[in-house]
This record gives sequence, structure tokens and C-alpha cells, in this order.
Amino acid sequence: MVDFWEGYALPTVIIVAQIMVVVGPLLIAVAYLTYFERKVIGAMQMRKGPNVVGPFGLLQPFADAVKLMMKETILPSGSNKIIFIMAPMLTFILSLVAWSVIPFGEGLVISDINVGILYLFAISSLGVYGVIMAGWASNSKYPFIGALRSAAQMVSYEVSMGLVIITVLMCVGSLNLSDIVMAQKGEYGMFNWYAFPLLPMFVVFFISILAETNRSPFDLPEGESELVAGFMVEYSSMSFALFFLGEYANMILMSAMAAILFLGGWLPPVDIAPFNWVPGPVWFSLKIAFVLFCFLWVRATFPRFRYDQLMRLGWKVFLPFTLFWVILTAGVLVGFDLLPAAQ
Amino acid sequence: MKNPVRSLLLTELLSGMALTLKYFFKPKVTLNYPYEKGPISPRFRGEHALRRYANGEERCIACKLCEAICPAQAITIESEPRDDGSRRTTRYDIDMTKCIYCGFCQEACPVDAIVEGPNFEFATETREELFYDKEKLLSNGDRWETEIAQNIALDAPYR
Repeated sequence: MVDFWEGYALPTVIIVAQIMVVVGPLLIAVAYLTYFERKVIGAMQMRKGPNVVGPFGLLQPFADAVKLMMKETILPSGSNKIIFIMAPMLTFILSLVAWSVIPFGEGLVISDINVGILYLFAISSLGVYGVIMAGWASNSKYPFIGALRSAAQMVSYEVSMGLVIITVLMCVGSLNLSDIVMAQKGEYGMFNWYAFPLLPMFVVFFISILAETNRSPFDLPEGESELVAGFMVEYSSMSFALFFLGEYANMILMSAMAAILFLGGWLPPVDIAPFNWVPGPVWFSLKIAFVLFCFLWVRATFPRFRYDQLMRLGWKVFLPFTLFWVILTAGVLVGFDLLPAAQ
Repeated sequence: MKNPVRSLLLTELLSGMALTLKYFFKPKVTLNYPYEKGPISPRFRGEHALRRYANGEERCIACKLCEAICPAQAITIESEPRDDGSRRTTRYDIDMTKCIYCGFCQEACPVDAIVEGPNFEFATETREELFYDKEKLLSNGDRWETEIAQNIALDAPYR
């Protein structure tokens, strides 16, 4: 009995509690990201954004959630029902599962595996399946085109994203996300973060995560002005809400990835008194918020890419460019004997 | 040589983003509509009203010019001499769902009886409520007379 309690039940309870501690705030963050998006884009268009529901419109996300839940879930008669229902669940689950390896602070991570970045990359690549399944199961024109676009787009940008990650990994010498953050700790504070020595890679990475999460200006899978809503056309109510939550959770996840790889994760910008009193998770959230702001900023600024231009940028510009930088970085690391010690 | 360098350094994209960031901090132009309202011209053509003279006598003399000119044929008038021998309408209906708010009726009216007032918030929940009859139009006239008279006076120099 004691064995069962200590060896099985207690760890389960602890793990479930850890998951709740991560997923709860994450879902609230997703809700407020939609609010933040409407406020930021509104401000950039000289509008006020939502300001009626609650003080400063702060209850707007909940009003939206209630509205979505009251709606009817429509299952198109021509659709493949099982896959149609599974697709939004898959998207949503994948966007949550990836958070298990994200370190929020020193040691604050659910599972500190030593191939964290590979796991993260694998999960984010799986995200395309949700979109393809939705587009295919809807058995309708627009969703299908949207899904095909999304598949091609995500695959093309993942290649250059992989090369960007390889560049960072060469500088770190480890695939563990906590090690990646700790490798950015140094005497120059924020100038030790890889965003500065590897600035071109950071820019490429940022543009690639825009494409990876199907955000403007690469939102061709959705393309509301040409494909109505792309792969989400046939979805309504909670099945739509799951897609929506998944997309925004993915945005936060990718921003977290950018913060870990390039912005020093939970490290304070300057390692002196008032700054290193602030706990790590706060710095980490601030950095995520900054990257998210850039997401919205880009959305408010640029028009949508044409599809062939998108492909050209992915294959003809980013791929050779990142490949060149991988070789350059490798050359510099070997040439100046800066390679991290083998572990 | 200039263009590839510029596109590599993303200068155009960055200047675009600088512009949106500048607008981010500009004062907002949003009007909190139900609480704040924009200014309305004296010539604004809103909800219709039938006016009365100061002594309470209705202005309309049932000439049917408004009915004739109405391009949407939204106005229906029937008339009979009243007991005192003056010509008055027995029926004055405007179908507000047909009306295109062109203002020809008030232009045609020789006695300034039918006017389009400044009220634009008269949405209803049923279609039937938008079939206005004489009683409704006269009560509109009584309700908005101050504003309507002021608007006519303000617009008078330009006519």
C-alpha cells in the first residue's frame, strides 16, 4: 500500500498539479492574447479596441468564450465525422503538450529532458496534421485549399527554422532547453543573448515562426479575403474555439521558443541588483510578451504575401541564407576555438 | 546593387513598422457611440415628422406633393374636407422600410409640414413598427419640434 502510494499515486498527483499550474495560466494568457491583439491593432489604427465589457474591456475574452460555447456545433453531412472532430482536438492538444519541456525559470520545468529542443520541434511540426485533417475531413473546397497551402508553407519554413536552431545548438553544445538558456548567461548581460551575436538568425527565426503559426503576413491557410477562413470554414462553436485556442497557444509557444533560443529565457537583461531580484518566470513572460507584441505589430503593418512569393522567400532566400550562416558560424567556432566543451 | 542590400537589411519593412509604432501612440479617434455622439448637420435627414403650427393646428394640407415626388413610393395619403371645410388628411402613412431618406418630401412640401428630423435612432424589433401612420408622425413632430425648428432656421439662409 505504501509502495503504491509513494511509487505511483503521489507522483501522479504531483505531475497533474504541475500540468495544471502550467495549463491554467496558459489558457488565461491565450484569452488575454486575443484581447491584447485587438487592443494593439486597434491602437495602431487609431482605434480604442474593446472597452465596453468590464473595466477597459478586460472581460471581453470571457464574453467571447461564452458566445462561442452557446453556438451550435455543425457537422457537415459530407464530412468525415471522426477526423472532422479529431482535428481541432489534435491542434489544441499539440499546442499544450509542447509546454512540458519549456523551462520557466531555473529548474522550473515539468520534464527536463536532454533533447528538449528536438521534442519541441517535433511537436510543432505535428501541428500541420491538425490543419490537414481539418481541411481534408471538411470535404469542401476552401478548407482543402487552405490545408494544402498550410502543409506546403509549414514544411518549407521548418527547413530554414531547423537550420537556425542548428546554429544555436552549435553555440550551446546541448539540446536541453535549460542548458541553452544557461549558455546565454555571461558577463555582458543581455549582449550575451544569442539575439545579438546571431542577429540575422534571430530575424530569420522570427519570420519563420510567423509562417509556422500561420500568422499575418503569412496567413494564407486562413486568408479570409480569398479562402473565407481556409481550413476553419466548416467549423463552428467549440470545435472552432479549439482551433482558435490552439493557434494562439502556438503563438505563445513559438514566442517562448524565441525567448529561450535568442532572448536568454528567464535571465535578467542586466545581472545586477534590482534586476536579478525579479524572479525568472517574470522575465520569461516579459520576453514572451515582447515577441508576441512583435507578432501583432507585424500583423498591423504588412499586407499578406502572395503564395508564390511566400514559397520563393522560404526556399530561395531563407534556405541558402541560413545554410550560409550555419557554415559561417561553424567556421568561426572552429577557427577561433570557441566550441563549447563536449559533455 | 542598392536594392538587394536594402531588401537584405529589411529597411523598407522596418520603416513600415516604425510608422505603425508611431501611430500606436497617437491619440485615438474612436467615438464611444452610445455614450458619445458625433455632430449632425442641420440638413441631416433622419426620422420623419409631421409638424404643427404654434396654435396646435396641423400644417399638412393634403396637397399630396410628397406622395407624388416620393421616388420609393413610400408615402400613402388619403384626404377629406374636415367639418370646418378645410382640407386635411385622414390617412398619412410612411413605410419606413421603403423610404430611402432622399428628403424630396420635405423639399416638395409647401408648408414645411413633413420634415426629416435629426433623430436616427429609431430601430425597432419588428417590421410592423416601421409602418408609420399619421398619429406616429404627428407625435414625432411634437417630440422633435424644438430641434426641427432650430435646424430649419439654421438652414434658411442657404435656401
